[in-house]
Amino acid sequence: MSDAGFDEWLHAFAADEGYYVECENGHGHLPPRRVCPDCGSTEFAEEPLPETGTVAAVTTVHVPAPSFQADAPYDTVVAEFGAVRLTGVVDAEPGAVEIGDAVEPDVGASETTGDDVLVLRPL
Amino acid sequence: MTGVRVAGVGLTHFGSHPERTGRDLFAEAALNAREDAGVPLEDVEQLNVGNFAGSLLEGQGHTAPLLAEAAGLDCPATRYEEACASAGVAVREAVRTVRSGEADVVLAGGMERMTNNDTPETTEALAIAADELYEIRAGVTFPGAYALMATAYAEAFGVDEDTLKTDLANVASKNHDNALPNEYAQYQREISVEQALDAPPVAEPLGLFDCCPVTDGASAVVLVSEEYAAANELSADVAVVGTGQGTDRMALQDREYLARTPAADDAAAMAYDDAGIDAADVDLAEVHDCFTIAEVLAIESLGFYEPGEGLGAARRGETRADGDLPINLSGGLKAKGHPVGATGGSQIAEMTRLLRGDHPNSDAVADAEVGVTHNAGGTVASAVVHVLEVAE
Ligand SMILES: [Zn+2]
Repeated sequence: MSDAGFDEWLHAFAADEGYYVECENGHGHLPPRRVCPDCGSTEFAEEPLPETGTVAAVTTVHVPAPSFQADAPYDTVVAEFGAVRLTGVVDAEPGAVEIGDAVEPDVGASETTGDDVLVLRPL
Repeated sequence: MTGVRVAGVGLTHFGSHPERTGRDLFAEAALNAREDAGVPLEDVEQLNVGNFAGSLLEGQGHTAPLLAEAAGLDCPATRYEEACASAGVAVREAVRTVRSGEADVVLAGGMERMTNNDTPETTEALAIAADELYEIRAGVTFPGAYALMATAYAEAFGVDEDTLKTDLANVASKNHDNALPNEYAQYQREISVEQALDAPPVAEPLGLFDCCPVTDGASAVVLVSEEYAAANELSADVAVVGTGQGTDRMALQDREYLARTPAADDAAAMAYDDAGIDAADVDLAEVHDCFTIAEVLAIESLGFYEPGEGLGAARRGETRADGDLPINLSGGLKAKGHPVGATGGSQIAEMTRLLRGDHPNSDAVADAEVGVTHNAGGTVASAVVHVLEVAE
């Protein structure tokens, strides 16, 4: 089963072509998006995402959901990428990143399910 | 617009009752509420029931008619689902129905059966309160999401990790102390700050004792119009005088704030305006401490503390039973337990008992007149606030 809008967005990171969608009034969001929740605009354009982001929140997950059982413990972070934030699994040893660290996005795989996962890699 | 009174409240024991069906749990709570209210079955005109994950945890959808039947009711019945705020919304819509004059008697509450599943299954079911594409697929669990908020809070307000963990451990210890005499509570035992700090990590910086337990339970309240209460000479001295609800972006990453909960700010503002009060008028509150950091965010959103100042409230004693503003005298979700879809109704039931004087912790708030309940869904993408008052 595919998820139109999301899947294309995620896989763009594998080609180093990460993007977000921006409404005509400059509000950044992630797809799929028809209406801007900030202003109601219905006009969107894809904009390139900054190549690196900055960690804004981090946790080391010790008790995972079944779909990440073999991955635990792992770090999940929320990182700022200009007009949007991204949430991803850190591609490094748990505890390796702190708030303020720079990270770059990529597509990785869950060790548990093999499913594609947005990973954020410390620089 | 007619006034709304709480005619009766009912709870099951909150705890581990894996063999008990959801229908049986709710039937007990509803029976207890009707008995407490002294309202005959045939007078109940509507059932509003909260349930979050019965479709996953019990393989049971279409919950409302099942629970109406279990409670012996023959009236319109609707299930409300707003994650952990499900019963809060069910109560809020019941208040609005009674106020509008559509019904004089509405039974509202909720139910969740959870411990019949093992921990991974339950963790997965609870996670669906988050954004499936952008959070669940990125490994975010429910504790993980609140852990992210906790680290963002520490960063935003310049709190070091030791202070963060110690202050949060004080929240857990306080709520366990409050649950000690509560016969409905899952954990009627003390934990020390040191025990909380030594607990194994769940999602750092949160440890096991920062997290509410997995709980089976149900809640029910009978809400009636003032006119019905008077005409039937009911003992219904607690009134619901304010209701409010707020909504935020679903995923944490899409919020204006990672370390604040504006949906609860909005719900509180709406409820206080509705009740004609402000935060300074509140004598006690039951808040949604699914994780210790959630209590901190709640008391800031409710206007009791400025952002960044709620963290140390339990350590300073201000929110303890003998403090100026007792928070979670029931034990809160942390120690009383959190049967997700029942919690919002349980908060109304506990606040009613506290204000009426028949709660084991009522002595701590003997002169209290105004109590507030705060019920949150997910990472507070939904929030419901109610104001209860001792009626003249
Ligand atoms: Zn816009």
